[in-house]
Amino acid sequence: MNRLPEPFGCLIDRSRPVRFRFDGLAYTGLAGDSIASALAANGVRVLSSSFKHRRPRGIYSAAGHEAGVLVQVNQEPSVAADERAIAEGMTVSRHHKGGRWIERFDRFLPVGFYYRAFFRPAFGWRLWEPIIRRRVGHGRVDPGFAGGEHDKLHLHADVAVVGGGPAGLAAALAAAETGAEVVLLHRRPRLGGGLLWGRPDAAGQHGGDLAAQLGAAVLAEPRIRILTAATVTGCFADRWLSAVQGARLIKLRARALVLASGQREQPAVFRNNDLPGVMLGSAAQRLIRLHGVKPGRRAVVATANDAGYGVALDLEEAGVELAGILDLRPGHPPGDLRQAAAHRGLPILQGRAPVAAEGRDAVQAVLHAGLDEAGGERGRLAADLLCLSVGGTPAAELAVQAGATLAYDPDVAGFRLTGLPEGVFAAGAVDRRFTAQAAEADGKAAGREAARAAGFVPQPMHRPTATAATPNHPFPIFPHPEGKDYVDFDHDVTVADVANALTDGFEHIELLKRYTTLAMGPSQGRLSALNAARLLARARNLPVAAVGAPNPRPPFGEECFGHLAGRGHHPVRRSALHPAHQARGAKFMPAGLWLRPAYYGSDAEVAVRAEVMAVHHDVGLIDVSTLGGFDIRGPDAPEFVERFHTGSFRKLAPGRCRYGLVCDVAGSLIDDGMVCRLAPEHFYVTATTGAADGIYRSMLWWQAQWRLDVDITNLTSALAGISVAGPKARDLLAPLTRDLDVSAAGLPFVGIREGHIADIPVRALRTGFVGEVAFELHVPAGMALALWEMLLTAGERLGVRPFGVEAQRILRLQKGHIIIGQDTDANTTPAEAGLALAVAMAKPYFVGRRALEIRAGQPLERRLVGFTLADPLAAPPSECHLVVRQGDIVGRVTSVAHSPVLNQTIGLAYVAPDQAEPGIAFTIKVRAGRLLNAVVTKPPFYDPAGARQA
Amino acid sequence: MKLIPCPLNGLRNAEEFVCGGEVQPEPDASQLSAADWAQHVFHRDNRAGLVREWWLHVPSGYWFIAERDTLSDRFLRSYPASELFAKRTPVGPAEPGDR
Repeated sequence: MNRLPEPFGCLIDRSRPVRFRFDGLAYTGLAGDSIASALAANGVRVLSSSFKHRRPRGIYSAAGHEAGVLVQVNQEPSVAADERAIAEGMTVSRHHKGGRWIERFDRFLPVGFYYRAFFRPAFGWRLWEPIIRRRVGHGRVDPGFAGGEHDKLHLHADVAVVGGGPAGLAAALAAAETGAEVVLLHRRPRLGGGLLWGRPDAAGQHGGDLAAQLGAAVLAEPRIRILTAATVTGCFADRWLSAVQGARLIKLRARALVLASGQREQPAVFRNNDLPGVMLGSAAQRLIRLHGVKPGRRAVVATANDAGYGVALDLEEAGVELAGILDLRPGHPPGDLRQAAAHRGLPILQGRAPVAAEGRDAVQAVLHAGLDEAGGERGRLAADLLCLSVGGTPAAELAVQAGATLAYDPDVAGFRLTGLPEGVFAAGAVDRRFTAQAAEADGKAAGREAARAAGFVPQPMHRPTATAATPNHPFPIFPHPEGKDYVDFDHDVTVADVANALTDGFEHIELLKRYTTLAMGPSQGRLSALNAARLLARARNLPVAAVGAPNPRPPFGEECFGHLAGRGHHPVRRSALHPAHQARGAKFMPAGLWLRPAYYGSDAEVAVRAEVMAVHHDVGLIDVSTLGGFDIRGPDAPEFVERFHTGSFRKLAPGRCRYGLVCDVAGSLIDDGMVCRLAPEHFYVTATTGAADGIYRSMLWWQAQWRLDVDITNLTSALAGISVAGPKARDLLAPLTRDLDVSAAGLPFVGIREGHIADIPVRALRTGFVGEVAFELHVPAGMALALWEMLLTAGERLGVRPFGVEAQRILRLQKGHIIIGQDTDANTTPAEAGLALAVAMAKPYFVGRRALEIRAGQPLERRLVGFTLADPLAAPPSECHLVVRQGDIVGRVTSVAHSPVLNQTIGLAYVAPDQAEPGIAFTIKVRAGRLLNAVVTKPPFYDPAGARQA
Repeated sequence: MKLIPCPLNGLRNAEEFVCGGEVQPEPDASQLSAADWAQHVFHRDNRAGLVREWWLHVPSGYWFIAERDTLSDRFLRSYPASELFAKRTPVGPAEPGDR
């Protein structure tokens, strides 16, 4: 075991062992371990095989910044082993095993190899694709995966702080002190950030004390809500953050934002810089301090800053033998930590750099060379650990997403954050305040500024100045003639690959990214963007600032589909009668946003037929609550209806209804409904279920421009509707009402009356949609259920039966009534649909009038007609089967049904204009290309004179 | 997600709104050729820069007008439609003797 004694390992609980399996073998870790740290404690160094060359990979950042630590956990692919905590019984496996032979051919697998090698001949890709697909990717998706529970949390904050290091903690405290409500999001399980694992000074004074002190203050502050183990995955417009915390997706809106996301150490590039055992200095420190894991036995530290000596001192304290410290800097740079290391007699090799690592499955030795022109003689240090501390880059993904720019600053040999948008502040190491003291002071200042931006009044405070010294080496890249010098670990992009891309003409950083797939992997260039920019700049002989950085895109960190889907709510609207439908065994179907009964019972065919016949012979009830209903009131009500609808309604008498069409400005049909005049200045207009919301929006939009003296009220949800249809409808209603004359004379066809049925106030419309005597009763939604039950009870002696949408569709088709959206499309004009009579072209204006005028001058392209089949026994066509003539498509079937009462197939179809006369035969192409003969038949198919509905 | 300033409801999440396209007052149809009418119906400037758009706050059913810079995607100003459409629009002579 490589486990260190206390005080190392501040996150682990030594009293709680956790057993898990990795690649079939059993291991034991400790509570608080990540998968990677537990395996490291057990001496397992290889966590994965690389994406392209199948090279062994292990811990590099210990912070979830590279694809090399992605493993399969149970059924879940692409889990970062250095981020995910181990759990009892967890089964972990590598994504790929074997296949390393391919690395020997890597010179034949340059970037773009797949594009160039497999795209010709055309059929070849079908052969290659399955083979290649099996070899690539990060893990296996289990199609049988049952999924888990996910949910979403919506939060609001005056100030949101991202990062729980010294800067973030101080910012949260400073903002809360002004009275601001603060949400603090931290990616790790414990607050403290670098304080928990970094080495702030030579004496080894642990930052943990400051972390504990700030953490306690934050915990004690009631205005700070702390979310740990919460990864902020995106920063969107107007300070809108997405964060993943376990199985939860958090959406957070903040008035102001402090980004204290720290800096991220960057690798050096040299041969075999990807071998397990090569890692960032910070990774070694994290293993030691957080997890109490000894990262190696004998180490080389390559450094370009004083912090690298802190790594060496930490390693020494952890009992790791120091083979050498390669200091890339010339001369004798100052630094407390360097002095302490020298004082302790650690072997410092000044002006030397690692140029290659040796070893097959892990580092065995480090080759180093001088950095002057001659290079000096090569040296070789045997070691199983190589720690890299050659500089960093701001962890600025969120800032860039928010609109800031990462600009290269030659003075610091790295990227700096510029151009933060309004209300977004950076604090701490992300903006070059590296020491704990500077970060804390900077966080305090940023917290106050953020509070000010959020509308609070803080004491003013100046930011501490940025550290003048830079931790960055300007060019820690040592290309090797034999390659394996990786710039991007995710996709195995080497120095030669970058050079090849340039040769092929992909000179812009974003083109380089797309061609080599550098910075396109799971880590989005977190460890490669800086070195890629340096390489590109040197190759093109440009300053790095002119090259820029590739754009890191959201999400930062893993978001699974479960996070995006949440609990899987599918909101539907249910009518007030929904419980009654359920009680009667209704099968529901979606209609717009609503659920409507399709039919009642278990056997669709039997139920629909019985429902249709009940309406023909007795009386049926259908829930029409989903229809849109709008009150148009005011002196300009007639004017509004005239403008909005195509028909003429000025002369419509109060108490009467008329069928109304609505067109858009292009003259296409968008809806139909009943326009009912209740009073001279009061219209009640209905709309179809799916179009109601759009019609309401459209009414309001036109009214915003017309500014008529009119009031439009949406009654769609306020009113429920029950249509009572059938020859016995009057027998059912008459005994239930005192103030409504439901006789043919008292309430004639297309009449409307207001009154009461069983003391429930109703608007009763005499409509003709189903072809029998029908009363549409529009009632307050809260009373609909009582009315429905009363009608069912009172109608029992009459054979009353509820009917659903399926029966209604057959009934309306028998009458030749169209359904907008089913029998029409986005181009259908009233003339094509045979509804020219509902258009009053004599009116000076209505929406769509000018377009209809223009389209009337153009030849008609098709007509909607009724049809029956030449052979009544033939199998019926389906909706959307094509109408063909001499091989050309001239139209399609829009509606088709078998009419029980007529005992034949009836339908509506578009045909060529010269085929529209009744009696003309036409051809429908049905399944398997067979042709079916149909005959144009003038609707209504049933009761053409309308005697039954009068 | 963006915040959109609604003159009636203040700053609200963008998902509560529907964009109604550029503000383009309806011309007098009788004066327009078929081609000009098609231009009015189907063509939009899609300008890079300042645009004046219709926006609907869906929960409250409130249409308003916003000026937005499409280059920076910033809302510069939003105001009630009555600011542009101040008066009842006459659209042709009313039929005498009705109403």
